[in-house]
Amino acid sequence: MSDVRDVIIIGSGPAGLTAAIYAARANLAPLMIEGVTWGGQLQLTTEVENFPGFVDGIMGPELMQTLRDQAARFGTEFVTDNVDRVDFSARPFRVWVGDREFRSHSVIISTGATAKMLDLPSEQRLLGHGVSTCATCDGFFFRGQEIAVVGGGDSAVEEANFLTRFASTVHLIHRRDSLRASKIMADRAAANPKITFHWNTVVDEVLGDGRVEGLALTDTTTGVSSTLPVGALFVAIGHDPNSSLFTGQLALDENGYLLTSGGSTSTSIEGVFGSGDVVDHVYRQAITAAGSGCQAAIDCERWLESQHAGAH
Amino acid sequence: MADGIVTLSDATFDESVASSDTPVLVDFWAEWCGPCKMIAPVLAEIATEYAGKITIAKLNVDDNPNAARRFDVMSIPTLIVFKDGVPAKRLVGAKGKGALLQDLAEFIA
Repeated sequence: MSDVRDVIIIGSGPAGLTAAIYAARANLAPLMIEGVTWGGQLQLTTEVENFPGFVDGIMGPELMQTLRDQAARFGTEFVTDNVDRVDFSARPFRVWVGDREFRSHSVIISTGATAKMLDLPSEQRLLGHGVSTCATCDGFFFRGQEIAVVGGGDSAVEEANFLTRFASTVHLIHRRDSLRASKIMADRAAANPKITFHWNTVVDEVLGDGRVEGLALTDTTTGVSSTLPVGALFVAIGHDPNSSLFTGQLALDENGYLLTSGGSTSTSIEGVFGSGDVVDHVYRQAITAAGSGCQAAIDCERWLESQHAGAH
Repeated sequence: MADGIVTLSDATFDESVASSDTPVLVDFWAEWCGPCKMIAPVLAEIATEYAGKITIAKLNVDDNPNAARRFDVMSIPTLIVFKDGVPAKRLVGAKGKGALLQDLAEFIA
């Protein structure tokens, strides 16, 4: 068993790493349990054009490496593995990674969100065989083919635009009659001759045995079903918060988002703070996540000080 | 191969994989794949700790499209374990060392 830390940070996207930078500079010697796929959702993106400070944009993975280096520079200690279990019912709080136990006076949760799936058996079966949630990872394998993206938000439209680098045609399938994506992204897609829109359309099934060969679709306005031959399906229908670790211990809303109170990052347990996409279902930007990570570190530092003052 | 990892290419693939006395885990990866970079250090550790039991090899899919196509790699990272030159197990996506060692248990026992 290890010594009791001042703060453990769970999750290493923009929220967690910003919290680490602030906590480390406040001499809290944070322990960051960063996960196997550290760096969060930006690791799966290409060009980030809206993070302040980068006139020409920056690649998502490069931005995350930079933030990680910055957190390390001030003394953040990293564990590159996933948390299996936490116990916030007693103090110090306890966090398990496999059979390793870590103890801490405070915890900052920044576990982010994970891409939602359609929840079709055929989608599960063909994951990695043409079904993908990562255009930047897998688009390359479908050069010259017709492929599909399902979704209508920023990430769906960004993926569709990106995939036109490889695909002959990208079919964008959306269950509504207009995009939820920001105007600049939507305009870019509308102007892209390689993107074909399928409005008011849902995916009923992914077709194919060993690999994706097509999609069974239904037009929800006419009820007419059809088959679309494509070599791949990229799923971009939104995200779910990564909060299952905390079920039964911290207050979550009906969609699983971590509840924080009073305009702060305080959760339902004093000394546990929440930041980034695991809390935020409204803005969900790298910069808002980073901002809330900063808030969490400051809230945490002040709380630790108040505990310390009370002890004397 | 200072780090104990064999670098494969389209040209050397068959010879290297077929002639190995141990199972060969081939990591299909690319420079632009974030999750591939994350598992690289895990694979390097396994290469060192299980040297003699399993050979860890990597193949850049950008430079070597033929091997990737032959084994229907459509998502990276994909790890394929070859036993006696034949694919015996296929793992898709990044995972931690613990989970990976469990998946490889039959080859490194």
